[in-house]
Amino acid sequence: MLAADDSVRPAYRQLDEWLKSKPDNFLRRKSRDAEVLFRRLGITFAVYGGKQTSERLIPFDVIPRIIAADEWRRLERGIRQRVSALNAFLYDVYHDQEIIRAGRVPAELITSNAAFLPEMIGHNPALNVYAHIVGTDMVRTGENEFYVLEDNARTPSGVSYMLENRETMMHLFPDLFAAHRVAPVDQYTDLLLETMIKVAPQGLDGDPNLAVLTPGVHNSAYFEHAFLADQMGVELVEGGDLQVKDGYLYMHTTQGDKRVDVVYRRIDDDYLDPLTFRPDSMLGVAGIFDVYRAGRVTIINAPGSGIADDKAIYSYMPDIIEFYTGEQPLLNNVPTYRCNDNQQLSYVLDNLNQLVVKEVHGSGGYGMLIGPAASSRELREFTSKLKQTPEAYIAQPTLALSACPALVKSGIAPRHVDLRPFVLVSDDIRITPGGLTRVAMREGSLVVNSSQGGGTKDTWVLED
Amino acid sequence: MLARTADNLFWMARYTERAQNIARMVEVASRLAMTPSAGDGHREQWRSTLISVGSEQAYFAKYDKLEADRVIDFLLLDQDNTSSVRSCLSSARNSARAVRTATTREMWESVNSTWLEIANTRSAQIQREVLPEFLQWVLQRSALFQGCLIGSIMRNDSFHFCQAGTYLERADNTARILDVKYHLLLPNHAVIGGGIDRSQWATILRSFSALRSYKWVYRRGYRAGDVAEFLILRPEMPRSIAHCYAGIDEAMRGLAQYYGQTTACQALAAEANANLSGTDINQILRAGLHEFLQQRIAWSNEFAHCLASSYYFAQVA
Repeated sequence: MLAADDSVRPAYRQLDEWLKSKPDNFLRRKSRDAEVLFRRLGITFAVYGGKQTSERLIPFDVIPRIIAADEWRRLERGIRQRVSALNAFLYDVYHDQEIIRAGRVPAELITSNAAFLPEMIGHNPALNVYAHIVGTDMVRTGENEFYVLEDNARTPSGVSYMLENRETMMHLFPDLFAAHRVAPVDQYTDLLLETMIKVAPQGLDGDPNLAVLTPGVHNSAYFEHAFLADQMGVELVEGGDLQVKDGYLYMHTTQGDKRVDVVYRRIDDDYLDPLTFRPDSMLGVAGIFDVYRAGRVTIINAPGSGIADDKAIYSYMPDIIEFYTGEQPLLNNVPTYRCNDNQQLSYVLDNLNQLVVKEVHGSGGYGMLIGPAASSRELREFTSKLKQTPEAYIAQPTLALSACPALVKSGIAPRHVDLRPFVLVSDDIRITPGGLTRVAMREGSLVVNSSQGGGTKDTWVLED
Repeated sequence: MLARTADNLFWMARYTERAQNIARMVEVASRLAMTPSAGDGHREQWRSTLISVGSEQAYFAKYDKLEADRVIDFLLLDQDNTSSVRSCLSSARNSARAVRTATTREMWESVNSTWLEIANTRSAQIQREVLPEFLQWVLQRSALFQGCLIGSIMRNDSFHFCQAGTYLERADNTARILDVKYHLLLPNHAVIGGGIDRSQWATILRSFSALRSYKWVYRRGYRAGDVAEFLILRPEMPRSIAHCYAGIDEAMRGLAQYYGQTTACQALAAEANANLSGTDINQILRAGLHEFLQQRIAWSNEFAHCLASSYYFAQVA
């Protein structure tokens, strides 16, 4: 919220005055109201660990994060550039692999990568789009300075929180909205529906049949799967509802089997089709991949999209952007040390207490080391892990993340935040203004993942 | 609509209705237990309640003696009892959660907030003094669900599957209560006798919220035939078997119209509805009320199976 000279940034001035005008207990009361609303709506998240899996609320912070109009415009341009490069990269690695031949990305990084699906080689998805839904994780480090942390090109989650956080805020603070020009976000589900329709297989009679595929009610993001299906007015299916017959995909309905043309799947590649991928998968549909290859169903995001958001590929993103767009990247990439390189590994080991170490294939903030906050035991543990399987890790310097005011036990205090805008790709790239802001609720913490106790807040992009 | 969705809608409505019915039965039993009766009468009240909800075996697998407090806890809050009010509301919520796309926000919120509240209710909180209040709460939550259903859902297949579930469960429940009570109270279909019998019948009518309406319809006091007629055949009585069968029939006709397709269910429902409206109570009593009620209970199962196979619930993996 504060600029380098500790003054309140213009976008936050009104909010700051409004906060000062409210009685002490006001925000805390509103915060409790929000919790009741979230519980009643069932916006819960399953947390694994210990004996019981329980339904928990993600902590919701009632103070919005605000992004000024011109800052958002820059961000938007950067995201657009990055996401179009990402899809061009995916097309290339599954076709001519020019980027490898040009020597910009090493071949083994792709061909020996678990996220690379040889089964996808030569396949042309509708409109040549692979990653239809992308959640680009980034952090702000200073005036107009953003770093991308991760390109989530598989099945990014969290968009339901972006939408429900806004609904809740409008319910709790109507006067605050009246005093700001906040860009709406509720068009997202309409745009998602449009995206699904636009990438449907060619030559259908009538409208395509659409479905959201969920692993089921026990999945931690089930609420979101149901929410999106409901908002779009499409079926929410599980693997058991689907079947491949005579080369097409069908769902079991009350009137017998009905064709499905577009599947927005919220299960990983590995589980999609037991005939092609993991044979023990109970979540997917036997034979769906063959139907897909034959162009008779569209799968969103395309299988094999994960190669683009792989943490080992991440460090090549500036090259990738330049290679496909011919432009300099507009968003920064965090300098990344690849531990499979001996020289870089020894630098990482020597500077471990200054670095963040991540698993190449990990997600959700599990299995990472934050050097500056780690105990000497944790540092020793990671040293031996890195020596044992260096190829499984990358390391990055810690960034001076920007902070936002948050309501915590002691009152209003700064907490670190990141930002995940949601991007939809079909015939065009559409970015919903704002996104999901995640906040590290503990003082000084940099970990914003909900599985690690992080919270969320509403994200406002102001209009001019 | 997905076959799995239809299955879940049907059961969501059934479990919500069942929770209400169990609360009603506990209410009856605890009122009856407050009226004087000979010997082991009070304990027998609780036994017959356990029999009506089909939980007698499960109870005695857990406890060796009939004790009012234990039975009440078993019927209301015990998670080991799959038919307790808590288990029913939790099953209803699980079904609702699985079909978020086929219900409205109002319906989901009513089911979910009911579940949230009962999930946090401890046995110790339902002492005898607050029992009536708790039972009222269950009835009100069930009514809220019905209100949300009727007021917010589209009149498409979602609605019809929910209605089928509600009415089938209710018909089944009415048959079960009558079967247990009639059997115990009037083994020979005798004329209702002294003061105790009267209060028994009054309490049973009360559990159907039908005590006053009975008096409006019948002016000559409590007679076994009249009470049976009221609860079985009177179409204007919303918990009577006849009313429920008409509701099932209507739901089936609604489905046939919506889908433009008739299945075995339509014929089954229409036949049951027509048979019942063409019957008078003396015919039923002569042929044996117990046999009649047993046939109704068997019919409920037959209909549920027919629905599952006609609309493909059965093939859901």
